[in-house]
Amino acid sequence: MEIIPAVTYTYLRSKKKFPNVWCAGCGIGIALGAIIRAIDNLKLDRNDVAMVSGIGCSSRMPVYVDFNTLHTTHGRALAFATGVKLANPKLKVIVITGDGDGLAIGGNHFIHTCRRNIDITTILINNSTYGMTGGQYSPTTPFMKIGTTAPYGNRERDFDICNLAKSAGATFVARGTVYHVTLLEKIVQQAILKKGFSLVEVISHCHTFYGRLNKEGTAVKMMEWQKEHAIPIQAAAKLPPEKLKDKFLIGTLWDVDFPEYCEEYDKVIAQFQVPPEDSEGKK
Amino acid sequence: MEQNKKARILQGNEACAEGALVAGANFFAGYPITPSTEIAEYLARNLPRRGGKFIQMEDEIASIAAVIGASIAGAKAMTATSGPGFSLMQENIGYAYMAEVPCVIVDVQRGGPSTGLPTKVSQSDTMQARWGTHGDYHAIALAPSSVRECFGLTIRAFNLAEKYRTPVILLMDEVLGHMREKVILPEPDEIKVFNRMKPTVPPEWYQHFEINPHFVSPMASFGEGYRYNITGLTHDPLGFPTSRPEEIEAKLNKLEKKITSNVNDIVRVEEEFMEDATIAVFAYGIVARAARQAIRMAQHKRIRVGLIQPLTIWPFPDIYMEQMSEQLEAIIVAELNQGQLLGEVMRTNCGKTKVYGLNRFDGDILTPEQIFAKIREVR
Ligand SMILES: Cc1ncc(C[n+]2csc(CCOP(=O)(O)OP(=O)(O)O)c2C)c(N)n1
Ligand code: SF4
Repeated sequence: MEIIPAVTYTYLRSKKKFPNVWCAGCGIGIALGAIIRAIDNLKLDRNDVAMVSGIGCSSRMPVYVDFNTLHTTHGRALAFATGVKLANPKLKVIVITGDGDGLAIGGNHFIHTCRRNIDITTILINNSTYGMTGGQYSPTTPFMKIGTTAPYGNRERDFDICNLAKSAGATFVARGTVYHVTLLEKIVQQAILKKGFSLVEVISHCHTFYGRLNKEGTAVKMMEWQKEHAIPIQAAAKLPPEKLKDKFLIGTLWDVDFPEYCEEYDKVIAQFQVPPEDSEGKK
Repeated sequence: MEQNKKARILQGNEACAEGALVAGANFFAGYPITPSTEIAEYLARNLPRRGGKFIQMEDEIASIAAVIGASIAGAKAMTATSGPGFSLMQENIGYAYMAEVPCVIVDVQRGGPSTGLPTKVSQSDTMQARWGTHGDYHAIALAPSSVRECFGLTIRAFNLAEKYRTPVILLMDEVLGHMREKVILPEPDEIKVFNRMKPTVPPEWYQHFEINPHFVSPMASFGEGYRYNITGLTHDPLGFPTSRPEEIEAKLNKLEKKITSNVNDIVRVEEEFMEDATIAVFAYGIVARAARQAIRMAQHKRIRVGLIQPLTIWPFPDIYMEQMSEQLEAIIVAELNQGQLLGEVMRTNCGKTKVYGLNRFDGDILTPEQIFAKIREVR
């Protein structure tokens, strides 16, 4: 049996909130472990961490951890987080969302928060379905896959979340999986350090609904699928196109600099603040 | 002293924004919509001058969400909108009731339903201000009738929001929002500003949703070392989701009691000529102005008619109206809608008085003449 590093426990509201709501074998807990280790590596003061989420299995995450935690309404985490961050830019704001929460009902907030480039780290757990409501198709359910509301195969196209974020203006975009957990920890850490809007897409599995409906097997089988289909971005550069077919890239996909929104707004405020010497002089 | 105070010509929307600044607002998030936009524009100009923050969000859902987030991080936050935006905000306003987050929502009403009449006056969101979001909750809504009251009641809205840890709705309307009047505003030191109660206990003892005899819990902000959870799920005093019947009931009781046990503090009614009135005109917002004029006209004709103007429309002034039903023979409920507070007046009056609706919903205001004519008719 794997030994969970003790550090993880110190971040959990273990006395109050366990057992958790997640199915045994779900990938969300693995993502939580990676996020906690990333925060611990960065030695952030927990009083300065605000974790904000919407509604969904993935969005239940903040309730379990010992930070300032805000579990909001479905799809709106980024808009709540924008208010939190702007009102107190000292806080490290981390948003946890799902593919339905972040891209369907919350899609408008997603693109605009990317565009605004406010310093928020968004971790989007992509399990290709609406887990909490029982396996309906989502904006990331692949074409022809089954959902309870797509019983004859999904006829819609799925989003490429990372491309969407990049096009909308996110300054840091990375993808990981719950299988490649050390990479995940690393990119979450980089994302938190990034000044500006950062997005980490975490490919995860919902074996309970998506896996069962699409006959993709157990949680372990679905993680093996992640292992077989993920290609590190550095390796991809050396591979011929046919080897990349049906595969997805993991690692840091995009990292650029652009003025951060809160800092820009502080400049607006600063121009109205009279330096002390001046005010003396005027009198 | 009075001479020193500068008279200013202000628009209702500007007076509301100015009131917010005086009340200590330091955060505004909004989305442009007629006839409320001037509030956002005024605050976009003036908040950063005082170290506050303004942000234009991508829609009204995001606006109220950002306002709630900012309040949780310690800001005094407000948004302003009109009917369509007010409808979009409803789910998150419910979140603010549930999570007990102080904030102010201004609805400068226009005609509806739907896109309705963007540039015309209405009072048709009166019931939405009480019942707009789903679930059981108790709302506070205030209705000014002049530019001066837009200023004063915005301050009051902030004070009540902070005092009771709840969203407060300020119901203005198109005419009030766009009307310009000469006003003499009080000096900041003459204005009472109330800020939310802060915890005095160490973080280990802190309960963000503590149940106490006042039904209002002290509120720590994110980043102050208390590290608690907030959720829109029904929760226990620590803020963790619960499905225990006794905890659910305690939470919903708290939301109810913090309003219903404080109605004497929250409810304000202005009256005129009510001492010996046998007829009353019940009017709020812009209609109260026309009613004042109509009542003067009626007094000239020796009709014993008075004005009841609730400044607080939610909670409804039940106790006051019950008392009045003993004295009055007739009440005219004058509104710019098809009869929204009419039902409340009937409810509190228990059939003791004749109640008449005077309703205009063609996009124009009720005139003093129309109200006067109704007074003569029912007399
Ligand atoms: C306004 C609103 N609509 C619908 C729902 C129901 N609902 C709850 S969770 C959810 C989907 C969550 O899916 P996703 O974000 O992918 O998260 P997952 O559960 O898969 O982690 C839905 C539709 C809701 N809570 N609120
Ligand atoms: S329903 Fe799916 S996403 Fe939700 S906890 Fe279970 S496995 Fe995870």
